Amino acid sequence: MSAQPQPRPDPAERLAAAFRERRARLPGAGLAWLEALREQALERFRAAGLPARGDEDWKYTDVRALARRLAPPAAGPGPVAEDAVRALAFEGLEAHRIVLVDGFLVPGLSALGALPEGVTVMGLAEALAREPQALAPWLRLPEGADGFTALNLAFMTDGVWLRVADGVALERPLQIVHLRSAAPEAGAHLRHVLTLGAGARATVIETHAATAEADVLDNLGCTVALAAGAALDHYVVRESGAGLCHVGRIDVRQEAGSRYVSHNVTLGGRLTRSAIQVELAGEGAETHLYGAYVVGGRQQVDNHTRIEHRTAGAVSRELYKGVLDGRARGAFTGRVVVHPGAQRTDAEQANHNLLLSEDAEADSRPQLEIYADDVKCSHGSTVGELDETSLFYLRSRGIDAELARSLLVYAFASDVLERMALEPVRVQLERRLTAVLLAGREAEGVI
Amino acid sequence: MSSRSQQNIDALLKRRYEAGFVTEVEEETVPPGLNEDIIRLISAKKEEPEFLLEWRLKAYRHWLTMREPRWAHVRYEPIDYQAIRYYAAPKQKERPKSLEEVDPKLLETYEKLGIPLREQERLAGVAVDAVFDSVSVATTFKEKLAEHGVIFCSFSEAVREHPDLVEKYLGSVVPYTDNFFAALNSAVFSDGSFVYVPPGVRCPMELSTYFRINAANTGQFERTLIVADEGSYVSYLEGCTAPMRDENQLHAAVVELVALKGAEIKYSTVQNWYPGDEEGRGGIYNFVTKRGLCAEDAKISWTQVETGSAITWKYPSVILEGDNSVGEFYSVALTNNRQQADTGTKMVHIGKNTRSTIISKGISAGRGQNAYRGLVRVAKSAEGARNYTQCDSLLIGDRCGAHTFPYIEVRNRTAQVEHEATTSKISEDQLFYLMQRGLSAEDAVSMIVNGFCKEVFKELPMEFAVEAQKLLGVSLEGAVG
Repeated sequence: MSAQPQPRPDPAERLAAAFRERRARLPGAGLAWLEALREQALERFRAAGLPARGDEDWKYTDVRALARRLAPPAAGPGPVAEDAVRALAFEGLEAHRIVLVDGFLVPGLSALGALPEGVTVMGLAEALAREPQALAPWLRLPEGADGFTALNLAFMTDGVWLRVADGVALERPLQIVHLRSAAPEAGAHLRHVLTLGAGARATVIETHAATAEADVLDNLGCTVALAAGAALDHYVVRESGAGLCHVGRIDVRQEAGSRYVSHNVTLGGRLTRSAIQVELAGEGAETHLYGAYVVGGRQQVDNHTRIEHRTAGAVSRELYKGVLDGRARGAFTGRVVVHPGAQRTDAEQANHNLLLSEDAEADSRPQLEIYADDVKCSHGSTVGELDETSLFYLRSRGIDAELARSLLVYAFASDVLERMALEPVRVQLERRLTAVLLAGREAEGVI
Repeated sequence: MSSRSQQNIDALLKRRYEAGFVTEVEEETVPPGLNEDIIRLISAKKEEPEFLLEWRLKAYRHWLTMREPRWAHVRYEPIDYQAIRYYAAPKQKERPKSLEEVDPKLLETYEKLGIPLREQERLAGVAVDAVFDSVSVATTFKEKLAEHGVIFCSFSEAVREHPDLVEKYLGSVVPYTDNFFAALNSAVFSDGSFVYVPPGVRCPMELSTYFRINAANTGQFERTLIVADEGSYVSYLEGCTAPMRDENQLHAAVVELVALKGAEIKYSTVQNWYPGDEEGRGGIYNFVTKRGLCAEDAKISWTQVETGSAITWKYPSVILEGDNSVGEFYSVALTNNRQQADTGTKMVHIGKNTRSTIISKGISAGRGQNAYRGLVRVAKSAEGARNYTQCDSLLIGDRCGAHTFPYIEVRNRTAQVEHEATTSKISEDQLFYLMQRGLSAEDAVSMIVNGFCKEVFKELPMEFAVEAQKLLGVSLEGAVG
């Protein structure tokens, strides 16, 4: 190491320059609080930089691959065929649909339909123009935000704001479709805000896909606020193309008696880094985090979850399952923190991994940090291959080796999917899973 | 809980750290501070060969480029490495040739601690190397061991008598570049124990080292090297105590184990360094690097009972390099008052069909913070590797913390790795059940805790198991309320 100060890595300087050049045209320009937030976020980014090697939180993520693809936002959405959007609909599911392309809401592709009274769905850019003050409390730089989150807040171009008033139920799910056009060298910096009033209910499905093999990075942020007794089912399904990298962070805050259920499914993408942080701030709040990652080739998935039990009597359940083929690498880091005084906490955490090939790798860090004594906390983690006895059992019943393997893998992964309440989503994902695992073989009769 | 049992508990809480006395003995020390001259001075005092001085200096220069690790779940004021004396030894006119020539005050110290150095007073079949501050003061049963070809002596003696063995194996498992504290140790280590067991020999008795910190403002940096040659077996015990002082003292040891083909090393530790007082004043910083290397068919088993020290930072590890080798880690770590522990193990599977077992029991009481941190890594070459890990935490009181930070990294699909952990407290039901059968509250707690730790205690040699249970009792009882 030389005594000279190290020159800043190139991408960071490039992004900071792009920000200065772009900020007057970003949505909400002219709002003093928002400009201050963006400035503060950029400062954080400049100070923190991108995560360095040796950063425990980023131990299993190839940050260099992300840094290479990190780019300022495009000026607007690129062209996308309507067919591409239609293909992402879930069969048999009636949903309010919003489509974002390259980081911008495209009304022409969206089909919001009629919303019940008390429910607002609008683009973030639009919301900043129409009701900036209502949105302000939810746009904050989280404490200890890393470089990616900071950049997201500095650059955010659009997103979806869902607001459900007290006691109102949004019966049909809201589907947020994220698409990438062929636009090269542009990042998508989106931020969603989902706020549910007391006793409100909603279901949100985020799907991520790319119509072209774009070699770029999506950088997403999402803020979820659940008032007392509110319930949100939150699905995130990633089926992006082989070049797309994905960094996402969801911050959830739950008041008493609220319920948050997350289904986090990764089937596509070059590199996915997903972080979910949940604050259980009210007694009786309940959070369920379910995740499945089924990847192969050179794909990488790094799932992070952090659940903070800040109050007594909250419940958390967590199950992440990974199937890793080819040269894929899957990582899981889950931390449950039970703060002083959070008595009667009930927390379970599990991560299970199946390695299908010689070159796949699984890394698992299930972590507990406990500062209260009257708690029920457990965690478990396993890594292994398919059970020979089960294989033998299936083969002894006349099922050939290949199909038997596929069936067992399917059974392993579908355990997570089975927890989905929305049947059309579950059925479709199960079908995708069988397509991946059975490589087109007829197995409908068996499964 | 009744007020009467509460009183008993309070009385027990105030029970003293029994090993906390100071021995009045004239000590020879070096001035505080660390630089190349000090290292040369230590090396000269010990009449070391050139290669060792060179190695120390290389370690020191490397240490200067390193930063103190901050990732552990412990908090302490920055250590001033220039305020520490890196060498302290009881003054002796000449190296004692037999126990009769050892300063009676030193013998008394060990007797007071219950460590018999006089052979006629021995517990059946335990050979002891006693390390007082920086140097080994006595080693028992050397002749009997020599009959079997077993070398058991202080590290300094090994450097003089068996330089080839030392040069061959020193740093072979924990290189001086390994980590901040290992580098520091490599630069300034003063003494420790050395064991060599020749091929095919089953060491006829348990070997034991008893570490005692006495002098104030000194650090203790001992280095232990155990080499079990092909097909041999040795069981080694280690115990430690220190006087009660208000300042913190640094203990940064390195232990290296080499188990050659088919050999087995069993290493047991009962660590009872002074833990500091109820307010967290004083106590030992126990920042230790322990690692073993297993060749084909070899086995290394670590068992530790950690009740002392203000801060414990230690991860006894096994590199399972040879095919079919086995690593084991059994641990009980207890933190009471303001003690902090960040301890666990690393099992690195490299050879085929390697197996490892990790059983960790953490007990937190008072304001203690107890973290298990462990790594299980299965390399691509480790066909058929198997690991089972179980980490259980017991919380006593609502101001303590129990944490689990396992790292699991698997690169071979034929591996099977399992980790499970639970956290619980002593339930009112359990206590009530035992107390209504006539047990006092403290006996009931003791019984429950001993049950909780049973899987680890059964791995300890008998005398140690008894001592460990007693220690746990002293350190813990009364923490319930």
